[in-house]
Amino acid sequence: MIALIDYGAGNLTSVRKGFKAAGADLMTPTDPADLAKVAGIVVPGVGNFGATSALSGGWMRAVRGAAERRVPLLGICLGMQWLFEGSDEAPDVPGLGLISGHCARLPQTGGLKVPHVGWNSLHRPRESRLLGGVDEATQVYFTHSFAAPVTGETAATCEHGTEFAAAVERDHIFGVQFHPEKSGDAGIRILTNFVAAAR
Amino acid sequence: MLSKRVIACLDVRNGCVVKGVNFESLRQAGDPAALAKRYNREGIDEVVVLDVTATLEGRRAFEDTIRAVASELFIPLTVGGGIRSEADAAAAIDAGADKVGVNSAALADPRLLTRLAARYGSQAVVVAIDAKREGDRFRVFSRSGSTGTTRDAVEWAIEAEAQGAGEVLLTSIDRDGTRAGFDCELTAAVSTAVSIPVIASGGAGTFEHFTEVFTLGRADAALAASVFHFSEHAVADLKQHLRQHRIPVRC
Repeated sequence: MIALIDYGAGNLTSVRKGFKAAGADLMTPTDPADLAKVAGIVVPGVGNFGATSALSGGWMRAVRGAAERRVPLLGICLGMQWLFEGSDEAPDVPGLGLISGHCARLPQTGGLKVPHVGWNSLHRPRESRLLGGVDEATQVYFTHSFAAPVTGETAATCEHGTEFAAAVERDHIFGVQFHPEKSGDAGIRILTNFVAAAR
Repeated sequence: MLSKRVIACLDVRNGCVVKGVNFESLRQAGDPAALAKRYNREGIDEVVVLDVTATLEGRRAFEDTIRAVASELFIPLTVGGGIRSEADAAAAIDAGADKVGVNSAALADPRLLTRLAARYGSQAVVVAIDAKREGDRFRVFSRSGSTGTTRDAVEWAIEAEAQGAGEVLLTSIDRDGTRAGFDCELTAAVSTAVSIPVIASGGAGTFEHFTEVFTLGRADAALAASVFHFSEHAVADLKQHLRQHRIPVRC
């Protein structure tokens, strides 16, 4: 069973629906202890990085414990940023720190708008389990103002004023800045790849 | 590069699509979910469903419509029309909307945008602005264009962004239903004044109108209804046209 952590940061209807199309019914744990026996964990989220403070304490310990047991973990949008060490958006709120780096605001240069909203293309510098079957230059749906830096753990990059990490992957830890549940067939393919990793 | 978005609008009354449907496809076009599914297959980037229902019975049916449309889509879905309160927004979002469009209620109480943004995130909050030319300004109207306000469209868009709106759905009352082209001046005035995306609406009649609004109008997205009903290829043909004019679109 894959767990979807609901910490009050946005509506999860679309995420559930997307995973259903990918062949998995998600359970919503009510207690961090519920993560002891799951096959995968999804951390969604939209809004301010400060919202992830609801995860500090029990949830953070339980997610870290599961990651140590090599339970596949997927962060979506704000959930991906939470995998990093932190964000300028809420400097006092620590991230999970499983992926190195710090999130910063996208630059508002050359008449570009921030937030970055809409369909933009993925550049894939290396092989990725999560993005298997997703072609170079495939477009996916983004909506965000802060972004993670490009590092050795970046599985896909995107550009909006600056190059940023659109997807990260290290062993069984995965994250996507875009919304796979809103990204058409390519998005469902990505969710299906995660479901397979959690099997 | 970020693509310009092409958005299809479905005007729904009592569970049926009511506007901009040519007679030939009336039967299929009557079913919002079937139409949404077709547009999704044709490559539309986003769908907006507007409730033009007047009755309470119709409102409840509208939630079923949202649910049916949402079940066919894995692209963003915005719901608008008659969102008067947080409870209305919650009902739309629980039924499967990713974003809610708020118009008259936000004019009456701009803090509604702030409360919705705090609860769902700014990305879920679209301020819908209906504007009409008056001299060299654009006056905001409420209640489906029937009631003039004292607000200026550019100033209201700036305030709405500050209150927490994540996008502007900007409709030209002068152009709506005319097929004479988008109001590019109105769109550019608002789009250059705010940092959130602006969706141009009202007046789409030809593919060239989209090119104009994406260039002269500085629009981030363009919305239309009837243009897409003409043929099974309208969305793909439009995108092909835009690509030929070097406007970045999603394949």
